[in-house]
Formats: sequence, C-alpha cells, structure tokens
Amino acid sequence: MISVQHISKSYRQGKGQVKALDNISFEVLKGELFGLIGPDGAGKTSLFRILTTLLLADQGIATVDDADVVKEYRHIRQRVGYMPGRFSLYQDLSVEENLQFFATIFNTTVAENYEQIKEIYVQLEPFKKRLAGKLSGGMKQKLALCCALVHRPDVLFLDEPTTGVDAVSRIEFWDILKRLKADGITVLVSTPYMEEAAKCDRVALVQGGKILSTGTPDELLKGFGQKIYAAKAASMLALLEALKQNALVKDAYPFGEYHHVILKEDRLDDLVHSLGMPDLEIMETSPDIEDCFISLMSH
Amino acid sequence: MQEGNVIEVEDLTKRFGDFTAVDKISFAVKQGEIFGFLGANGAGKTTAMRMLIGLSKPSSGEAKVAGFDVYRENEQIKNNIGYMSQKFSLYEDLTVKENIRFYAGIYGKSDQFIKEKTSIILKQLHMEEQANNLVVSLPLGWKQKLAFSVAVFHEPRIVFLDEPTGGVDPVTRREFWQMIYKAADKGITVFVTTHYMDEAEYCHRVSIMVDGRIEALDNPAALKKRFNARNMEEVFLKLARGAKRAE
Amino acid sequence: MRPIIAFIKKEFHHLLRDRQTLLILLGMPIVQIIIFGFALTNEVKNSRIAVMDLSKDVYSRSLLDQVEASRYFDIEREVNSYSELESAFRKGKIRMALVIPVNFEKDLEHQHRAAIQVIADASDPNVASTLTNYASAIVRDFQSGITDNKILPLTIQTELRMMYNPQLKGAYNFVPGVMAMVLMLVCTLMTAITVVREKERGTMEILLVSPMRPYTIMLAKAIPSLVLSIVNVASILLLSVFVLDVPVNGSLPLLLMESVLFTLTCLAFGLLISASTDSQQTAMFISLTGMFLPTLMLSGFMFPIENMPFPLQMVSNIVPAKWYYQVVKNVMIKGVGLEEVWKETLILGGMMVLLMALAIKKFKIRLA
Repeated sequence: MISVQHISKSYRQGKGQVKALDNISFEVLKGELFGLIGPDGAGKTSLFRILTTLLLADQGIATVDDADVVKEYRHIRQRVGYMPGRFSLYQDLSVEENLQFFATIFNTTVAENYEQIKEIYVQLEPFKKRLAGKLSGGMKQKLALCCALVHRPDVLFLDEPTTGVDAVSRIEFWDILKRLKADGITVLVSTPYMEEAAKCDRVALVQGGKILSTGTPDELLKGFGQKIYAAKAASMLALLEALKQNALVKDAYPFGEYHHVILKEDRLDDLVHSLGMPDLEIMETSPDIEDCFISLMSH
Repeated sequence: MQEGNVIEVEDLTKRFGDFTAVDKISFAVKQGEIFGFLGANGAGKTTAMRMLIGLSKPSSGEAKVAGFDVYRENEQIKNNIGYMSQKFSLYEDLTVKENIRFYAGIYGKSDQFIKEKTSIILKQLHMEEQANNLVVSLPLGWKQKLAFSVAVFHEPRIVFLDEPTGGVDPVTRREFWQMIYKAADKGITVFVTTHYMDEAEYCHRVSIMVDGRIEALDNPAALKKRFNARNMEEVFLKLARGAKRAE
Repeated sequence: MRPIIAFIKKEFHHLLRDRQTLLILLGMPIVQIIIFGFALTNEVKNSRIAVMDLSKDVYSRSLLDQVEASRYFDIEREVNSYSELESAFRKGKIRMALVIPVNFEKDLEHQHRAAIQVIADASDPNVASTLTNYASAIVRDFQSGITDNKILPLTIQTELRMMYNPQLKGAYNFVPGVMAMVLMLVCTLMTAITVVREKERGTMEILLVSPMRPYTIMLAKAIPSLVLSIVNVASILLLSVFVLDVPVNGSLPLLLMESVLFTLTCLAFGLLISASTDSQQTAMFISLTGMFLPTLMLSGFMFPIENMPFPLQMVSNIVPAKWYYQVVKNVMIKGVGLEEVWKETLILGGMMVLLMALAIKKFKIRLA
C-alpha cells in the first residue's frame, strides 16, 4: 500500500544542511497498522509530508496506493486521510462545523459516512456546538481523527496523534486505531512513546533520519539478544553511579522503578559482589522496545 | 510555613465562570523533593501550576511558594523559582551562549558570576563546541537540557518543569532525569509534570489530579500498593478512568 | 460547487467570530472619513488675526468690516504698534495681521493708490499662503466695491470660477482618497493574512492534502473580502453624501463597478503576497510597505503627482490606487461617464489580470 525506496531529504539551516531523512526504505502492506517510532527530530514529519504529497524528496521514489507521490499527487489527495502533527483544525469553528467543512471539501457529507466515524463521534457529540479551540487535548485528537476519516480514506497518515495526550486518552486512541485496521484501513502512525510500538503490526524505529530497525514488535524484542537485569536499591542515584562505574557493566540506565543493566559477560554474581550494596535487589527481566531503541541508538 | 516545606497549598481553587478548573487542592512539597504532578489533559494541572508560579490569581484558598504568598508577593516568588515549559523555553534565533546570558541577565547576576557559570554549564552539557551555534540548530533533547540548565541558573529554590521531556529520545530523556536528580541533591525542589508514566517512578512523591481535585498523593511504591498495581501507569489509569469531566 | 460554498461559509464564520478585527475593518472607513472630514482639514476657517489700523477712517473701517464678515478670519485683537504685533505672533495668538497705514482713505481718494500690509506667520507655509490669498481676495473685493461708479484706466478683472467644487471643499479630494486607501487596506491585508494564517495554524496542510484545487481556495478567500469592501464603499459614500455634503455627480453603478475592479486588483495583490510568505507578520509588513505607503504617497491623494520628480511620476503609474483615485474623482466629483475614464479602467483591469495570474501561478500545491 505504501512503498518508500531510498528517500532522502535535506533542509538548509543557516549555513549548513540538515539531513532530515537519510536513505529511508520500507513497505507498508494493505490493511497494516504500521508505526514509526522515534523521538522528535527523527525525520518522521518530513516523511509524512513526502508521502502525503506536501513535500518533494531530494532522492528516492515513494508510492501510496500504487500512485507516485510526485506525478500522481492528485490521485493520492483523493484517497488519503492526514492528521498533521500539531492540531490543525479551525479553532474558531465548532466541532460540528469543522467536521462538515472537511467532509464537504472531500466532496462528501457527514451523513454519508457516519458509520465510519460513529464510534469516535458519539464521544464528541455532547460538545458538537463547542468551538474546537476550547476542547481538551484528547478531544481535539479525536476530532482531528474524525475529520481525517470522514471521507473514507484507504490510507490514514497520523503524525504523532498521541503526543502531549494523557495516558488514558492515549490508550483510547489506540483502541480506535485497532478498530480502523479491522475495517481494512491501512494506517501509518508515528509516535515518540516507545511503549506504543507494541500496539502496531510492524514498526520502524527511526532516529536522526535513519531507520534503526524494522519488524514486528516481537521480532525487534527477539533481536535484542542480550540478557537484561532490573536493579533496585534505596538510593537509586547512588546505584546508578555505581553501576555506570562498574567494569562489568556495559550499559545501565533508569527504567521506571528499576535501573536496567546490561552486562559485558554474564557474571551477575560477580557484579552483586563487587557492588557490595546490602539492599540491592536485582533480577533478570525481559527487554522492552525502549531497551531495543536505547541499544540501537548507542551503536 | 512548616519547617522544610517550600510549597504549601491549602484549599487552592480556581474558577472560570461556573467552571471550577481547580477544586480545593491541598498539599505541601519539601525542600529538595522531586514532586511529580500528574493528571489527565484538562484535569487542572496547568491551571494549578500557573497559580503557583504567580501567573494566575487563585479564586480562593491559600498558597505559599518559597515562603511567599501567591496573592500578594508574586514578584518575590518569581525571583525564587525557575520555570521551564515544553512550548517556550529558549530563543531559537539566539545562540546557546546568548540565551544563557540573557536569562542570567534577567535575574540581575553579576558579569563575573555569569561568565563562570556559563562555562560550567557548557562543560556539564558537553556543549562547548556548540556555544556559538543558534539554538534552532540543536536537537530537541539538547535544547531541553539547556533549557533546564538555564531555568536553574540563578539557583532558585524551586524549579517548575511543565512536560520537559515530551518527544525527547529515550537516552536523552534519561540524561535529563539525571540532571533533575543532581539539582534535587543540591537542595533545589523540582515540581514536574509529565505524560511518561515511567518518569512518575523517578519522583519522590507523586500527586494525581482528577477533575480538578488531587485524588492521590504519595510515593510511587505506596501508590502501587494501595491501588494494587504493577506500575504507575496502572495507578494512573485506575484513577483517571474515573474522571467525570470529559473535557 | 458545494465545496466552495462550504469554504466561503467557513470564511464568514472566521470573519464574524473575530469581533475585534471585524470592528476595525468596518469602523476604519468611518473613522478615516471623520478624521479627514473634521480634524485634518486643510481648509482655513476662522483664523485669528490682528489688525493695526493707523488710519481709522471710513474706508479702513469698511475694509475691516468686510474682513470680519468673512468666514475665514476672526479679528482677535486690534493693536497700535509693531511691537505689540510681534509679541502676538510670538505667542502664537494670531496667524496673520493686517496693517492699514495712516491716510489710507486720503491716499486712495487723491493719489488713486494706497498700500496695506499683510503679515503672515509662515512657519506653516501652506496656511500662510492660503490666508494671504484670502486676504488679497477680500481687498480686491473691497476695491471693486469702491470703484464701481468710477472709471479706472486699464483694469483687468479676473473672474474666478472654481469648477466642480465651488466651495473649495477638501472633502472632494479626500473622499476618493479614503476610498482607495480603505479598499486597499481591507482587501490586500485581509486576504493576505487569512491565507497566511492557515499556513501558520497548519490547516493549509490538510487543505492541500484534499482534492480542493488552488483556485477554489483562492476564490473562497476572495469573496468575504469583496463583500466587506462593498459594505465599506457603501458606508463611505453614505457618509460623504449625508454628512460631508459631497454628492455623487456621476453614475453610481459605474462608481461601484470601478470599486469592484479596484478591490479585485487589491485582492490579487493580497493573494500574491500570501503565496510568497509564511508568517502573518511578514504578510502584514509587505502589504503595508508594498501597498499602503505607495497608495498614500503616490496616488495623488496626499501630494499632487505633477509636483513630483519625473522618476517618481513614472513609479506612480504602477500604483493601482493612482488610477482608481482618478476614476473616482472623475466619476464622483466631475460626473463623467465611462467614455472619459475608459483608459484608467483598462489599466486597472490589466493590472488585475496580471496580478491574479501571478497569484494563481505562485500558489504552491505543496509546502515549501
């Protein structure tokens, strides 16, 4: 459904050039929920803009629904739904007015495609007269999604739909995406929250304009290939510094309640011994996508 | 004000018309504490924080920040706090050095002090080579680390951080938290909001706001025990799912 | 057709919900008319003057009566010495003084000539020359009064007739000027800003990734400005007819048609600006320097074009407001028809087509 081949894009910045995308290639299959996982500045937004025909790549070829993003941009513009990174609706129009407006410019009506958006829209309905600018973050995202869906697109591009949204709304949002996928819509979504990777069919981890790794979440976790330990002590700061200075430790970093520790060789007992902390609590744990990302970043 | 407390809040309330954004919240923060201030979007976090930093006048209730009253002494409050938000922190069209100098200048520090401190900051951040680069050219994570250094440059008693790590990569995010730990170690109180639930675990104590009220306030371990949850995300979800306010 | 109607509806929502801006846009013509009509007038009325009548005879009395009777002058004081006169000037109490020497009547009767002195405060040269002109006119009038039944050798009577504007009202000049200025501001600025605002807020991204064609977006952006401009033209004309007594001598439909043409020219310019900039501030700055200043300086409204150096006269030809200003003056004040203003109309039309074509061509189908 989406094919990206060797796409590169640079921007001028002051005197120099910044490489936003550096020879990126991947494929998204029809009906797939594909995640681009990476921090701000990884190049996700540039990639979305190239795929939605808003930006021309310096190099490479990309197609969406078998249409070339440069030559056949008008075809693509009929077929895709796009939700840009920042809230891009009319703040001085009401919920209802926004939705109707976006339906009409795609030559359709809200009534015609009500089924498509019904599940999301029922949550917005009590506020349909409210101006979009007065909605909370989670509600804004839902409205923006409705507006991107109202013309029954085949492909949905969602650029960081959950950034700055609280954990509850984020989970709800992913539930909605799962249902859209069930309806056969192909979804390309980007996010800086690593834990959201688990909710995608396949993901690409991106950083600094490059793809670090692509695969299903399980494949990525299997690819981690190192034992990982979770450590805890009364003074977490002291523990972290001790771990970082220890010769047996390859990497150590805070991870929620624990510190995650990767050893150079599997000599846990030696480590515990050399740390000599009586209140140390350490056990093996399974890696997370975030562990994969950190490990790939340091390569 | 009780010994060791730097923030004391009693029944603090903010109404906008007939909408009560913040509903009689009460809490205290100790010196050197890392205090996580969590809540869903629209729960009233930002409004509460704005009252504490003297940008918004409470409708009722009492609050003292660094020993000063939020109603009458907001000028003194501003001299004793640092503030960093996700949206606005640094001037992108100024260089790293110029930004540091500008913010230091606001607090009326001496040239000598500014000069010494600037080189210390640049060294700590490993940004000596970027000192004369425009901030716009820095990666987000670096900007946020620099913004934090600037926010604590004048050695405030409390630093307020509003979603400081949003969108920052996992490695830099952790480096950022190490800076927070070091600041707290030096006695600076850190008041922080975040949407990353793993970061809630890094705080000494966490408050969770729901519908304008503080529904839970304790250290992460106690909260997890009380809500029978494996991690802070579950605690948060259990509390925030009960929210009535859809907005 | 439905998308564009929906788009226009949306534009009106934006316009009507931003009460502050709407008030400025609708209030601007009214305020300008009031400022130009009542505050910034270059007509001189009831200027305070002093007289020093050293003759105090029948003729000098009757001359001063005529001066006092005119609506231009107000005799503030009578003085007896030059030093008093000077001090009055210094204190700014008077703007002009009339000095009638001794033996005014006697000299006139016997030598058939007498001199009077007119002294004006020329720190404001325009006012000074206007005042001395008025004073000379009164003296001439007085002279012809007393020579009515006497035959003088070789006198040429100049008979003045102020065509189209017999009362020499400034309003005849500034109403067309204000129309040009207001339309320019509303159309260029408003159009440029509404397009750029969509870019700033990110909504342009979604519009571009929709089947909407660029010209549809531009058309929809233009229509609210057009409507607002027509409302503004109507309010200026109503004010000028009913408050300032400046009639519309020519054909009203022709005047409106020309206004629409000028509006479209400004719109096209606004769209062109919006195509080449991404921030509202820049758009505003370009509109002001690119359109407002030339309109003010080079349209002939503030400063007569004939008095400008040749290069500036040439430059003024590319200022659309110059042509519109001439058309409005001709149609509204002189009452001429299209046969007299077809040339200006054609030039404006050409500019409109050119700017519109450029704007459509420059409108980007992508970001950056």
